[in-house]
Amino acid sequence: MQASSKPGLSVNIVTNTGSVIHGEAAALAMRMTISKVNFYYGSKQILFDINLGIADKRVTALIGPSGCGKSTLLRALNRMHETVHTSRLEGEIHLDGQNILAQDVTTLRRRVGMVFQRPNPFPKSIFDNVAYGLRINGIKGSTSEMVEKSLRRAALWEEVKDHLHKSAYELSGGQQQRLCIARALAVEPEVLLLDEPCSALDPISTAKIEELLVELKNLTTIAIVTHNMQQAARVSDFTAFVLTGQMIEFSATPQLFTTPSDPRTEAYITGRFG
Amino acid sequence: MSARVKWRRFVSNFMLTLTGLCALVCVSVLFLILGYLVFNGGTSINWAFFTQLPKPVGEAGGGMANAIVGSAKLLLAASLFGVPIGFLGGIYLAEFSGGAVASVVRYAADLLNGVPSIVIGIFAYSMVVLPFRHFSTFAGAFALGLMMIPITLRSTEEFLNGVPRYLREGAMALGASKWKTIASVVVPAAYRGILTAILLALARVAGETAPLLFTAFGNRYWSQGWGQPTASLPVMIFTYAVSPYEDWHRQAWAAGLVLLGLILIINILARTILSRGIAVPRS
Repeated sequence: MQASSKPGLSVNIVTNTGSVIHGEAAALAMRMTISKVNFYYGSKQILFDINLGIADKRVTALIGPSGCGKSTLLRALNRMHETVHTSRLEGEIHLDGQNILAQDVTTLRRRVGMVFQRPNPFPKSIFDNVAYGLRINGIKGSTSEMVEKSLRRAALWEEVKDHLHKSAYELSGGQQQRLCIARALAVEPEVLLLDEPCSALDPISTAKIEELLVELKNLTTIAIVTHNMQQAARVSDFTAFVLTGQMIEFSATPQLFTTPSDPRTEAYITGRFG
Repeated sequence: MSARVKWRRFVSNFMLTLTGLCALVCVSVLFLILGYLVFNGGTSINWAFFTQLPKPVGEAGGGMANAIVGSAKLLLAASLFGVPIGFLGGIYLAEFSGGAVASVVRYAADLLNGVPSIVIGIFAYSMVVLPFRHFSTFAGAFALGLMMIPITLRSTEEFLNGVPRYLREGAMALGASKWKTIASVVVPAAYRGILTAILLALARVAGETAPLLFTAFGNRYWSQGWGQPTASLPVMIFTYAVSPYEDWHRQAWAAGLVLLGLILIINILARTILSRGIAVPRS
């Protein structure tokens, strides 16, 4: 799927490196496209006609005030919303051109990994946490090599290499979150979703994770929900502003933060509400 | 100080003393029983008690080796029958069933838990003893196992429900199916609690006498097999304690102490196993 194939969405792409690419011409490869998504919990509609593209090997941030539906949108991308029985999704979400709603959900979730708001390591050793995804998916090869690779990618290896068999709960909050990132990376997902990954962490741990995200985009495609606008500005290439379940604005990050096209975006990023 | 404040202070102190006293009574009853049992049982227990069969009336000495082995066999068979059913049923309740089904099963389990043990005994008698025309270890284990089902079921459900949602989501987000999530993350996170509950259930049925009276019956000798009547500690305690013989009374005390010791050993073993795993921190 290409950006240009999405209806009603014109994107002027200004990458973080400063080069400017305009709308249709951008033709940036989209890993995921979300078209006309409406989402309901019971009879309450949470998302209205959402269109969005998640660009390949880039970081896309979803920002907006609490309760605007940004987490719901993110969770729909690997169908985590289905754990709530009253939820209902209309519209289409594509991953590499295939409709994810028609796929086997476990295969989809292996391809679209997720890191949650609060660190949620399993009550297992550090090693077993990272190896978990490899084991349940029956991934062949040297588990210990893959665990090491994932921990290195999550910038945690040096801190834990001498006590891989200790409980994951002995790590600090920030380390636990990086462990969760390593756990998600171990199965080599095509897309990594992060749902406010730093909201339970101190500033230093937050900085480490932000640094990590910028490095990780060489490996994988990232979508991150954050209520922290500075964080979105620091780590993302594209930013989508969601308000009361509607996509208000979606553009390259520098553009959204410097010259927002919608007055509501401007009001939000200048701190007038939210 | 106004009268009102004085009165409040008085009520506060009074209630503190009252609740403290009740707590003390609770603890002292336990220690009284333990002390009495250790004192009376400890003076009558000896090596022969563990190795010999009961002696005929009038003959001194003898032991309850057959009852110790019988109780162990009954508890083993009861656990093999009751624990898997209760455990898997508990998983169904906590993880798969909808609200209406769950509440019916839960209510049924609570009712079953409240059925007097003697009634369970009669039920086992008519289901197992009458058709086979034989008192047997199996029949006794069936009765005890039935009693273990609701306790295991409800506590499994409770501990599984206590596993935080974020752990399940973590597993599912890695591509684990529902069953895999349960088997590899949810149950391991709850197993300490579940195991403790199973052991409590075991300890509870270990002392049950009524359901064994007309199922496992009793035996002065070694049981000839699982299909034959067997001696058990609680029934031996009952028989010996109501007898008119002084040395049988002492044997009953000794049996009580051994029964308590068995339960204690099970508990200690469990705690040793539990201390090795990784617990989910409370948040």
